Amino acid sequence: MAAALSPNLTSAVFLVMVAGYLLGAVGSLAAASPAVTRSLTAAGALVGAAAGLGLAGMVLVVGAPFAVTVPELLSPGGGLALRLDALGAFFLLLIGVGALPAALYGVGYTRAYAGRYSLRWLGAMLNLFLLTMSLVVLADNVLTFLLMWEAMSLTSYFLVMTEHDGADTAAAGGWYLAMTHAGLALILTALVMLIPPGPGSTFAELRLTVATLSPTTRSVVFTLAVLGFGSKAGLVPLHVWLPRAHPAAPSHVSALMSGVMVKLGVYGVLRFALDLLGEGPVWWGGLLIALGAASALLGVLYALMEDDLKRLLAYSTVENVGLVFIGVGAGLLFAALDHEASAVLALAAALYHALNHTAFKSLLFLGAGAVLHATGNRNLNELGGLIQRMPWTAACFLVGALAIGGLPPLNGFVSEWLLFQSLLPAIASSAPLVPPLMTLAVGALALTAGLAAASFVKAFGIGFLALPRSAGAAAAHEAPASMRVAMTALAGLCALFGVGAVVIVPRLAEMLRGYDGLTGQPAPLAEGLSLALPGAFGGMSPPLVAMGLVLAVAGVWLAVRLGGDRRLRRGDTWGCGRIGQTARMEYTSTAYAEPLRRVFAELYRPTEDLTVDVHPESRYFVQSIAYRSEILPWFERYLYTPLLRGVDAWAARAQAIQSGSAHRYLAYLVIALLALLAITLARSG
Amino acid sequence: MVAWAVDAVQGLVALVLAPGVVGLVRWLKARLQSRRGAPPWQPYRELRKLFAKEVVVSTNASWLFRIAPYVVFASTTAATFLVPFLAVPRPLDAVGDLLVLVYLLLLATVFLALAGLDPGSAFGGMGSSREMTVAALAEPTIALAIFALALSAGSTNLGQIVARTLADPATALSPGHLLAFAALFVVMLAENGRLPVDNPATHLELTMIHEAMVLEYSGRYLALVEWAAALKLLVFFSLLGNLFVPWGVAVALTPGALAVAAGSVVVKFVLLAVGIAVFETRVAKLRLFRVPELLSVSFVLALLAVTSSFLAR
Repeated sequence: MAAALSPNLTSAVFLVMVAGYLLGAVGSLAAASPAVTRSLTAAGALVGAAAGLGLAGMVLVVGAPFAVTVPELLSPGGGLALRLDALGAFFLLLIGVGALPAALYGVGYTRAYAGRYSLRWLGAMLNLFLLTMSLVVLADNVLTFLLMWEAMSLTSYFLVMTEHDGADTAAAGGWYLAMTHAGLALILTALVMLIPPGPGSTFAELRLTVATLSPTTRSVVFTLAVLGFGSKAGLVPLHVWLPRAHPAAPSHVSALMSGVMVKLGVYGVLRFALDLLGEGPVWWGGLLIALGAASALLGVLYALMEDDLKRLLAYSTVENVGLVFIGVGAGLLFAALDHEASAVLALAAALYHALNHTAFKSLLFLGAGAVLHATGNRNLNELGGLIQRMPWTAACFLVGALAIGGLPPLNGFVSEWLLFQSLLPAIASSAPLVPPLMTLAVGALALTAGLAAASFVKAFGIGFLALPRSAGAAAAHEAPASMRVAMTALAGLCALFGVGAVVIVPRLAEMLRGYDGLTGQPAPLAEGLSLALPGAFGGMSPPLVAMGLVLAVAGVWLAVRLGGDRRLRRGDTWGCGRIGQTARMEYTSTAYAEPLRRVFAELYRPTEDLTVDVHPESRYFVQSIAYRSEILPWFERYLYTPLLRGVDAWAARAQAIQSGSAHRYLAYLVIALLALLAITLARSG
Repeated sequence: MVAWAVDAVQGLVALVLAPGVVGLVRWLKARLQSRRGAPPWQPYRELRKLFAKEVVVSTNASWLFRIAPYVVFASTTAATFLVPFLAVPRPLDAVGDLLVLVYLLLLATVFLALAGLDPGSAFGGMGSSREMTVAALAEPTIALAIFALALSAGSTNLGQIVARTLADPATALSPGHLLAFAALFVVMLAENGRLPVDNPATHLELTMIHEAMVLEYSGRYLALVEWAAALKLLVFFSLLGNLFVPWGVAVALTPGALAVAAGSVVVKFVLLAVGIAVFETRVAKLRLFRVPELLSVSFVLALLAVTSSFLAR
């Protein structure tokens, strides 16, 4: 088997991946009709993603090496250097898991775009977006990485702008472009600080330089990387673009951005922390735990208040990225404290949650897209009753909602359980501040889990159950086959990753071996059908829990069916004697979240605006009631508004040197030239 | 093989016993309020009646409303089977730990909350919204109480905690354990819709949480939902009784030890029932928006429990 997997084979699969995406892009542009464009877009992406999955599988499962350098391309930066190690392969796998269903879904979803938006550009950009994401995790030198990172950001920006006539699209794109470039500047600085003086800048050479750096410099590089990649991952307070940009994109692109692209921010941090920089001080982990806990809590608290289904999902992405970062932080912290087994467990839990989030968040965005497709609406207060009109979509969305709510036996439950378990060994630590930090992290994690369950009960319960609240929702129809297949596949994955954790999690732990601080043979994380954790902090068996639940449901159903009465009558919902129920009597999304808005009023600072219009004859006849409530956007108001104002002020000041006179510009040139010469002389002399 | 049999039998016995415990609490409360009250076995009569009755389902309700009672009952049953009632170590201990138990109960809550929204009545929505609020806010307390227990027992698996406490009885009286007990007691009141969080006996829909949520259920569906609620109370009773005061739990599978264990579990249930009945007779229901304050008190108790367990380590 190993002999069959020669470097030639991996290279061939790699070429298929690149060719698939490129042909998909070119084909989409060149296609004659919209229908052909949609098919070619999907075909290219499907081939590319499947080959990407194959390549990742070869590297992860068989351990086949893959490295390619093309010196002719990008020659000033040392050529195009690509290499796939276990960490990169895991994220390539994650890209494949998100890309396959999204590409398939796009066939049906974009049918309605013909004539309104450019299907050609959408198809081309989608394929290039997937290609550049794949190349980000393959990149092995600084220039390749930065180029692919920027190409990924730009292609996704164009994808966000697809529905260019949308009300908020332009603003969303602006926020995204600004935040992603601020992030790029930080990443660029971090990487440049690691480049050795000589010509080379491959990651291997960067690793050599790190040994010569002072601890302070390494910490500066780490902080820059966390902030830079955090802006892509949506860490609080760098998350502000995410709930704007993700919902503005077409739904399958939202799925890719939320399910896959934000994970590349996690990849970046891991690449720096585990690979390039090596083991750091304890506070690196602590910083990530604090940022992660803040993102998780604030993300879910804002998700809870959101009435727009896609924005709710986007805020929930902020939450889940926070959970992943709690795991990553715990891993780094344990590695720094030399608790190797705990470090492996925490990192494996983080990676597993990242993978699971790709499955359920893609599913939920695709489900939200199906709702949007069927009703033209994403406001929960105007949905409802969809479970009757689109039962298939409703069932898939329910699976996604249960999975993201961390409920057994689905995948979100397993990874949240692992995250909890990975925080517990902190007790064994005698390092100061670690136990209180971990205790608060456990509290934050639990509150997040509870609030996430509440927000997804709201999303599904208000969106899909009861009576439709608008004409659009009443006229909803089931999604076309391609969209249903994509959603069903992802729902299946949610179940499979839940039950299959006993196989996958030990492999993740195995995969992490060899990264800095994790050199030893890790204890096996599974015994038979159970996840058994090193240090004996408890275990459980996902397949047996699933089996128990299924058996119990079947047993109860059978017992009731055999023993009880089977009569069933349909009647009206109890309305206190009032006959004729309408959708206006139902709870709304806003009302559902009201108790929690009061509980967390200190955070939300809600402003309410109630206008009651009464009949001129008597104030007891109310003609209309208008209610508006807004919550305080803390970050926008107190962080970004002053920041933008400051930028404006400095820009105005800089205008002074921009006089429009050619003479002055020539003088600037001469001054700059002299300054450069002076610096060069000073350095060589 | 005997161990498996004991595990299976104790779970099934708990299923049968659960309505009786609820009946006992009701009867005790009635006596304390100088009423005669229905006998403790009244819930069994109600269940029999409900199972024999026709089901009325709202025309607005979907399939979710009809599967929810089964899921609720099944997941609560699954949680019940994770609890050590009689003997440790036990084979089912490896299937799930305390966190799994909590998440199984949360699964039941979520399905009930969804079913509350499905018929589209304002009562259901109100109950559902409030139930999820309480459940979400109780979650951190539960996690930290588990954390505190795990600190002293070195494990989150229920059998392990019981065995460890039995082997070292002093831990049961440590401040960490006592504080965690207090925190979980408050959570038990909140999660089971007891006073002062919710009133299980009220007639007015507007003051209710749990009862408003299940207002649309009838017949066999209502029977399953009520039975599951009783089972959930029993699970919390046995957690409070056996995790914190494990004496009596058999460590060997001899008939004598098992008889003692069965006797002691019944005594603990009766004591907890008396405790709840007295407590519920003494306190008034809190306004809904005071409930978060109660839960934050329990959170602080749990936090103190972790701290003192950590210091005592």
